[in-house]
Amino acid sequence: MKPNNEVKGTTMNITRRRTIVRTAALAGALSLALAACSSSDDSGAEAPSSEDAAADIQAALDEGGEITVWAWEPTLTQVVEDFEAEYPNVTVNLANVGTSQDQYTSLQNALAAGDGVPDVAQIEYYAIPQFAIGESLADLTPYGAADLDGTFTPGPWSTVKQGDAIYGLPMDSGPMAMFYNAEIFDGLGIDVPTTWDEYYEAAKAIHEADPNVYITSDNGDAGQTLSMTWQAGGRPYTVDGTDVSIDFSDEGTTKYATQWQKMIDEGLLSDIGGWSDEWFQGLGNGTLATLVTGAWMPANLESGAPDGEGKWRVAPMPQWEDGESVTSENGGSSIAVMEASENKELAYAFIDYANVGDGIQTRIDGGAFPATTAELNSDEFLNKEFPYFGGQKVNEVLSQSAADVAEGWQFLPYQVYANSVFKDTAGQAYINSSTSLADGLQSWQDTSVKYGNDQGFSVDQ
Amino acid sequence: MTMASVSTGRGSVAPAVRRSRRRWTGWQFVGPFMVIFTLVFLAPIAYSIYISLFRTQLIGGTSFVGFDNYVTAFQDPQFWSGVSRVALLLLVQVPIMLGIALLVALAIDSGRLYGKSFFRISIFMPYAVPAVVAALMWGFMYGTRFGLIGNINDAFGTSIPDPISSGFVLAAIGNIVTWEFVGYNMLIFFAALRTVPHSLYEAAEIDGAGQWRIISAIKLPAIRGALVIATIFSIIGSFQLFNEPSILQSLSPNYITTYFTPNLYAYSLSFSGQQYNYAATIAIIMGVLTMLVAYVVQLRGMRKEV
Repeated sequence: MKPNNEVKGTTMNITRRRTIVRTAALAGALSLALAACSSSDDSGAEAPSSEDAAADIQAALDEGGEITVWAWEPTLTQVVEDFEAEYPNVTVNLANVGTSQDQYTSLQNALAAGDGVPDVAQIEYYAIPQFAIGESLADLTPYGAADLDGTFTPGPWSTVKQGDAIYGLPMDSGPMAMFYNAEIFDGLGIDVPTTWDEYYEAAKAIHEADPNVYITSDNGDAGQTLSMTWQAGGRPYTVDGTDVSIDFSDEGTTKYATQWQKMIDEGLLSDIGGWSDEWFQGLGNGTLATLVTGAWMPANLESGAPDGEGKWRVAPMPQWEDGESVTSENGGSSIAVMEASENKELAYAFIDYANVGDGIQTRIDGGAFPATTAELNSDEFLNKEFPYFGGQKVNEVLSQSAADVAEGWQFLPYQVYANSVFKDTAGQAYINSSTSLADGLQSWQDTSVKYGNDQGFSVDQ
Repeated sequence: MTMASVSTGRGSVAPAVRRSRRRWTGWQFVGPFMVIFTLVFLAPIAYSIYISLFRTQLIGGTSFVGFDNYVTAFQDPQFWSGVSRVALLLLVQVPIMLGIALLVALAIDSGRLYGKSFFRISIFMPYAVPAVVAALMWGFMYGTRFGLIGNINDAFGTSIPDPISSGFVLAAIGNIVTWEFVGYNMLIFFAALRTVPHSLYEAAEIDGAGQWRIISAIKLPAIRGALVIATIFSIIGSFQLFNEPSILQSLSPNYITTYFTPNLYAYSLSFSGQQYNYAATIAIIMGVLTMLVAYVVQLRGMRKEV
């Protein structure tokens, strides 16, 4: 059976290469068949097919065509322009249909309707398992993605690679760091916190000095909570195929929940919602003193809080134990080819250009934080001075954080849904003094377990 | 034999043809309506009922589950908390809104109001504002940092909490809905009041009736039909509450949960949870519930008229 399959795969390759010149639609249909073939024999046929794949992709680029890309990453606009200039026959329709959850909702609707699905979509790492398990994403191994081992940092690569299949190419990554307004710390003569205990003390001092100023804002955010838990050593999700277990009572999670409960109880957190206009104003005008978040933040600070220019600095993420250097990831996206795309070669050619080819430098220049090891370790990248951060070589801190990311974290195969009910459950701890964060997380866990079992997973807690 | 059979045959066939043609003509008139009615009204309901009998899972695909979804819904505390929330709104907000609308309609109709067309227009105006815009506008006014409440707090040194970020969120939404729909209901009442013949008022005045007497004995009974209709519309509107909480959710996420109202719950179920089947079940239960309540109101409202 095995050799037979391989033969079939190669003949199909040749047939396909001829037909692709004739009609793009037919080629698309056949490539579906090819993908099906190669996934059944990908253990054997990978190496010989990668050259064919490259030729196919080159053919698709020469032939040209039109692809639709759904993404909210701002630096992609320039990448699309450059890509179209380099391959004049190709038209890329870049559409921003909303950020994160909003885009996933639109994407799910299009998938459910079976119509209007884009060729390429930006998908955050946490959302990949959900779309992969729904078989909405194309496996990129037949197009040459298998050769990219080692190109990307391990964290992002391990999330796009599920088993033998690769469901997207990492676009950026979000190793966590602490962004802080140095003016506030200098003004009060407080040291920049290096541990979470110092962070708590600083929070009290800052809020005491001016009741309108808070160390940070948090009104309940699933991504932030999970990243903090990740750093504290909590591993609430364990996923093995369709066997899932969820436990928010492990030691690491408890460590985070206890510490953060103090911050909530003592009113040290502002309730301004993240990414709102008010939030950006607060970051610019000195109402919010720190922001512990992903390394993709600098470009957002520059554009969203221009008033903060020169005041902000970057420091490593506060630690749970003095002297440690453990970090986690927050956010970060891949771009993926949709299974419903009728022109997967072209779609792959685009994401390859954006995330492996010339697009990387374009995006770095636009302020993005890459996920590729070569760029992260290049002197040019590390030594870049940021005027917004008073000339600080911000990337040194951020690159170090990328190297310190704790291992072994997993997301749920239905994380998008779980995050959407975070505020219903854990979010109540932020508004209701009778609900503790631990209670809230427990009820988030219950809701997630119930949903998982309803959806046919086998979930225990 | 042949002749006879032909002639009898003709005799019996002719009326049959005429009858069937007559029937066909009738269908031609009703047909276009029936087609549209079936496609636009019956088919979606039938389809919703159909999909509510299935369950689609991420793992395992679609399977027929009979009335399982209905059983689940009846035991779903989130669904019932949404239902009780809109029921509370219905009991408190609808009487207030209709009361104000009635007062305004009576005031304008009394003819004693100076600049009555100005009042009529300005009270009706909010209805012309799209619900989404209205919700956003009120959301900003409610804000304690930049909004109207914030200004009041600054000016008078008070500390009124942000109504949508506190336990008052339902009242705050009720206030928006009232603001939006008083004008609409006022117009229904006012139109009904205009149809009352003036001779009745004159007769009442001759009998020595005062304004209050005229209102209670002539005007209110005369517009009872309009009152019942407005009440039924308001019941349907309350049960279908969606726009306002959905828009305000981004301003006050922890207070407005994804199951704040049944419609919002159905929306979240289908669009963030991909539970289309269960969402259809919720929608059908809500539809039946709304029909029941509206029907009871209609029965009670119309009973005394006979």
